[in-house]
Amino acid sequence: MNDTATPATLTVQVVYLARLREAFGASSERLPLQGISADALTVADVLAALASRGGVFATELAAGRAVRVAVNHALVSLDARVRAGDEVALLPPVTGG
Amino acid sequence: MSMAVRVQTADFEVGGELAALRAGDARVGAVVSFVGTVRDLNADARVTEMTLEHYPGMTEQALDAIVAEAKGRFDIYDALVIHRVGPLAPADQIVLVAVTSAHRGEAFDACRFIIDYLKTEAPFWKKEQTPQGARWVDARASDDEAAARWRDTKHTTSKA
Repeated sequence: MNDTATPATLTVQVVYLARLREAFGASSERLPLQGISADALTVADVLAALASRGGVFATELAAGRAVRVAVNHALVSLDARVRAGDEVALLPPVTGG
Repeated sequence: MSMAVRVQTADFEVGGELAALRAGDARVGAVVSFVGTVRDLNADARVTEMTLEHYPGMTEQALDAIVAEAKGRFDIYDALVIHRVGPLAPADQIVLVAVTSAHRGEAFDACRFIIDYLKTEAPFWKKEQTPQGARWVDARASDDEAAARWRDTKHTTSKA
């Protein structure tokens, strides 16, 4: 049996910060992802799954919108790998200092 | 070398922090600090209150990484970053960056590097309360440019 090649339901913890938390009406949620093999899931897949809900998710996560992603507290690029159980945070442009 | 970072709701006392940073270290010939404060006017609107939000768990890690990067680039002895979160009023202190070094050049450069990077890499967000309602502060292109300056240019101070 080859688990890594079998598309299954993978669940990640998605965290929404600042403006995105208000726009989505939640600070975090468990997001099940289907149809993607466990060894191929990327940040882009997570964003696409959220955007496919339409509405404010589609608007805020449209291509070209300035959203950065941190996986397990480290900023990463869209092609970065995501594993089941990872914390995937969506960050609007930061304004500290 | 302690290289401390702190995220806190409480205010900080700059003089005491600077004294503690260089205490007992007679190698230090320069202490440079930056203090960021809340302005009462932003983008043509009166600001009556500001709330600083962050991403607990990631914030300290991001600040540690920025300070470690500064230590790698500049000849500094120690660095301190304090960033406040929660509700703040105009004129309140928001952030302190302080650096010790043998000489002023390295200290100035490292302090500026840390605050420039903090503004584009550390997960903090400002929400302003104005007479027209609350609004999230927009990120500035000028902050990205300030950080990019460090990314693209090699550190030029002589290390010989």
